[in-house]
Amino acid sequence: MKDSYDSPDDRNLLDQTRQGVIGQPLDRPEGRLKVAGQAPYAAEYDRPDCAEGVLVGATITKGRVKAINRDAVLGMPGVLAVFSAPEMLRRAAQGGAGEAPMQDVRQVEFPLQPIALVVAETFEQATHAAKALVVEYDDQSSKAVLVPSPGRAEPAKDPTENGDLEGALKDAAHVVDVTYTTPGHASAAMEPHAAIAEWDGDSLTLHGSLQMVKYNVDELADSVGIPSDRVRIVSAYVGGGFGSKLGISHEAVAATIASRQLGRPVRVVMTRQQVFQAVMRRSETVQRIRLGADSDGRLTALGHEAFVSNLPEESFSEPVLQATQFLYGGENRRLTLNISRINRLTAGSVRAPGEAVGMPALESAMDELAVALHLDPVELRKRNVPDQVPGEGTPYSSRKLVEALDAGARAFGWDRRRPLPCQQREGEWWIGMGMASAARVNILAKAEARVTLRGDGTVLVETDQTDIGTGSYAILGQIAAEMLGQPIERTSVHLGDSLFPQGAGSGGSWAASSTGSAVFRACEAIRAELARGLNCAPDDLQLRDGMAWVEGTEPRPVTDLMDGDIARIGRIEPGELMEKVKQATYGAFFCEVAVNAFTGETRVRRMTGAFGFGRVLNAKTARSQCLGGMVWGIGMALTEELQFDHRDGHLTNHDLAEYHVPVHRDIPEMEVLLIEERDAAASPLQAKGVGELGICGAAGAVANAIYNACGVRLRDFPMTPDKLLADLPDPFAGPT
Amino acid sequence: MKAFDYARATDLSDAIGASGCLIAGGTNLLDLMKLEVETPSALVDITRIGLNEIVPEGDGLRIGALVTNAACAADPAVRRGWPLLSRAILAGASPQLRNKATTAGNLCQRTRCSYFMDNRSACNKRQPGSGCAAIGGINRNHAILGTSDACIATYPGDMAVALAALGAQVEIEGPGGTRHIPVADFHRLPGEDPSRDNVLEVGEVITAVLLPAPVEARQIYRKVRDRASYAFALVSVAAVLRMQDGAIAQAKLAFGGVAHKPWIDPRVDSLLVGETPSKALFDKAADLLLEGAEGQGGNDFKIPLARRTLAAVLAEATAE
Repeated sequence: MKDSYDSPDDRNLLDQTRQGVIGQPLDRPEGRLKVAGQAPYAAEYDRPDCAEGVLVGATITKGRVKAINRDAVLGMPGVLAVFSAPEMLRRAAQGGAGEAPMQDVRQVEFPLQPIALVVAETFEQATHAAKALVVEYDDQSSKAVLVPSPGRAEPAKDPTENGDLEGALKDAAHVVDVTYTTPGHASAAMEPHAAIAEWDGDSLTLHGSLQMVKYNVDELADSVGIPSDRVRIVSAYVGGGFGSKLGISHEAVAATIASRQLGRPVRVVMTRQQVFQAVMRRSETVQRIRLGADSDGRLTALGHEAFVSNLPEESFSEPVLQATQFLYGGENRRLTLNISRINRLTAGSVRAPGEAVGMPALESAMDELAVALHLDPVELRKRNVPDQVPGEGTPYSSRKLVEALDAGARAFGWDRRRPLPCQQREGEWWIGMGMASAARVNILAKAEARVTLRGDGTVLVETDQTDIGTGSYAILGQIAAEMLGQPIERTSVHLGDSLFPQGAGSGGSWAASSTGSAVFRACEAIRAELARGLNCAPDDLQLRDGMAWVEGTEPRPVTDLMDGDIARIGRIEPGELMEKVKQATYGAFFCEVAVNAFTGETRVRRMTGAFGFGRVLNAKTARSQCLGGMVWGIGMALTEELQFDHRDGHLTNHDLAEYHVPVHRDIPEMEVLLIEERDAAASPLQAKGVGELGICGAAGAVANAIYNACGVRLRDFPMTPDKLLADLPDPFAGPT
Repeated sequence: MKAFDYARATDLSDAIGASGCLIAGGTNLLDLMKLEVETPSALVDITRIGLNEIVPEGDGLRIGALVTNAACAADPAVRRGWPLLSRAILAGASPQLRNKATTAGNLCQRTRCSYFMDNRSACNKRQPGSGCAAIGGINRNHAILGTSDACIATYPGDMAVALAALGAQVEIEGPGGTRHIPVADFHRLPGEDPSRDNVLEVGEVITAVLLPAPVEARQIYRKVRDRASYAFALVSVAAVLRMQDGAIAQAKLAFGGVAHKPWIDPRVDSLLVGETPSKALFDKAADLLLEGAEGQGGNDFKIPLARRTLAAVLAEATAE
């Protein structure tokens, strides 16, 4: 079998197998360990004689470190060494880099960029010495660019131009021309970035908190100039990543260099503030959206012109237009993405790069168009589902947008929505409903996994695939148990160690379908071996609870067909289908908010999401992913915003007290509908990714509900009380 | 964190005049020590010296300095007679923090101005004479009343705002004896010396908060914030208000999130008393309250927000 996935595997084998565990809402096998504190995270490995390193941040915005007064801190209690090596990272690696990111910490590019590492016997000693370290700079802060400026932007990618946008807008019956802005966001994963480095001769072991181990090995090896086969990374449990741990960052390389020099293990745990200040941000965006529609609400013109920022020479630009390319019709279109270069920490992947911010803007603009048309927003979307990708002619694979819109609207009670704003008041609160479509590109990534059916009938899955809280342990075990006909209890999954075959890593929602497909294929190879024992075709093989048979014969223990362990490696990589068929996941959000007529506070009262993302591998972990995404959407809509001081560019809200992610009380009744779907073009599992879909448009539903509640159309996320106040109607006046 | 000596006080006399920094719940102090905004050379732990009871005193209540916020908010007597206090405490922090935080510690908590908590920034409160980076910076959370050129920080707490409206007193023991200060006078305005948050002198210890006799009145604590919990007030209003025969018979208001201290303005209280509630009256009250208000750019919205929140609270408190 070719590794590349070139034609749809529409056997839907997982619908024929007999074990019945695939798709089941099973608990995570590692869940008990995690809640009992027995699943070690990167910083929690007990290494004898481990020294503690603390990173030092630059106090200038731009310039160069001239001198570091090491002697003063080396005399402090417990201090072992101060490092400011050219190999140390000044930027974190982007996802999938596979090579060293920008090095040499002595060159300062943004405020609080790490410039040195202080190592001491205890964390407290190192922290104190790090604060006491005196650094001399060649300070060029006055030349720093602190505020993104569209005037200085350059194209980040080739624009999409089809037809005549201006002409079509002129001829359109209804036009919306609006500019939306979104601020920078932080991943704010619960576990801060942490690493323990330990050398054995010229071999390195790093316990790290990382999302894509196979790339991280190459990035780390390249950073310190050793062959990749001398690097082992263990990242068995990861307390959230959301993109910020796709590539290696400052702590991993610093710990590695310090450990090599000191000849003992070194642990570096970034503080919460350092993670916010130094690792990665989602770029702020400015998005001008122009929609032209005929009198029936069919789009004839679509303009989406976005503007983002990053450090100089950084290849990543927030792909704001990603879903706009394929979601709706509108044959006359212009989609442009421009970027300006500024002295802020690296802009990179934060959960659902592109759609997370592009979709809320597009979906809010669509709501404005629906208002202009006096058309139901759900109906407007349904009228604009294209037959093929506009401008490209590419066909779509399975697409459940309309089903999600209908099912979501039904479950939510959308028919009870009042079309005009300011119609419903409960005490001090205006009540309103809003909706938005969800869309996210689907990606199959190269992956390998080894599955072993042991002589005793137990199953072992091994891959360096990580589980960043998403459910990889659960679903990979379910795929193997289903394919090999063993109870889930007899299946164990070992992840996150670079000694294992290379999985896809966790990012871009691709882990489940990609590494899952590698597990599937390894199991297929084992099934072929077992089928030989029964003289049957592999797909005729029936397996359940450790028994094997073909239709019409007596089941036999599967172990009777084996001569010891059967171990196979399964492989998959993207093939022609990625190009030939447009693959994406779709859904719909429905939201009810209350807006306080006096204070402008917005509270979400309930929210429904309906999502189609191919086969559901585990209904519980999939639902949790959707819920998490919707929570992110509420945060993006109402509170989350990185606030940079415009005088020196430093981040002022760098902890969870001041960077406001939603708290429990912000999250009301949430409903998730999983739409039944099989997408054979996406993967042999007929599954797609769902790790990000729940955020892709969610904030738009909240924004649209705010408008429906109180008639204020904000175009600047997040929609905090200060922005709503000015335009709120008289609080003492009742519904209009 | 800078190394420090640790000693445990066994009774109040160990704490009075102690040469170290007093620590009880530590929910604010430890954060500041990790940031090295506070670098005490010695800590004196006062959590084992008693002062952790709520007992009647006259018609009022004595709340020991070391009563936790959680215990105070849940206390049946507090909830019966001074529900405003319970509501204000529950509007702040999180259950974990309220379990540790104490009555006196809450009063002494420091501002959350991000420039105060960042040693790189100019801050007259942290380092007198260095300037105020919040002026001209990110100041969405900052004060609109009683500011100075030296400092625009807010007092961040909720509990003290309720205590100010309730007319509570702080009991302070020092080397020179006992004194009582109204909560409303306990915190200072920044003036020329924002390094001092309150009037506590070196060596003094807060021993209790004293609540006066309960009043038969509506007690409302209204906290406006960006998220529904675990956020400091953009503006908060504590109101103790009694209606009689369709007019306002008694009114005591205090405001949080707007100044360096819980803000009271007796002129506003007087203006309301004897009047029939109306939108026009609420507007007049807000005009008076905010006549000296000054925005700093990022916090300009607090002026209309305070006006509207006051209107909402007065409407609720005076509703039939």
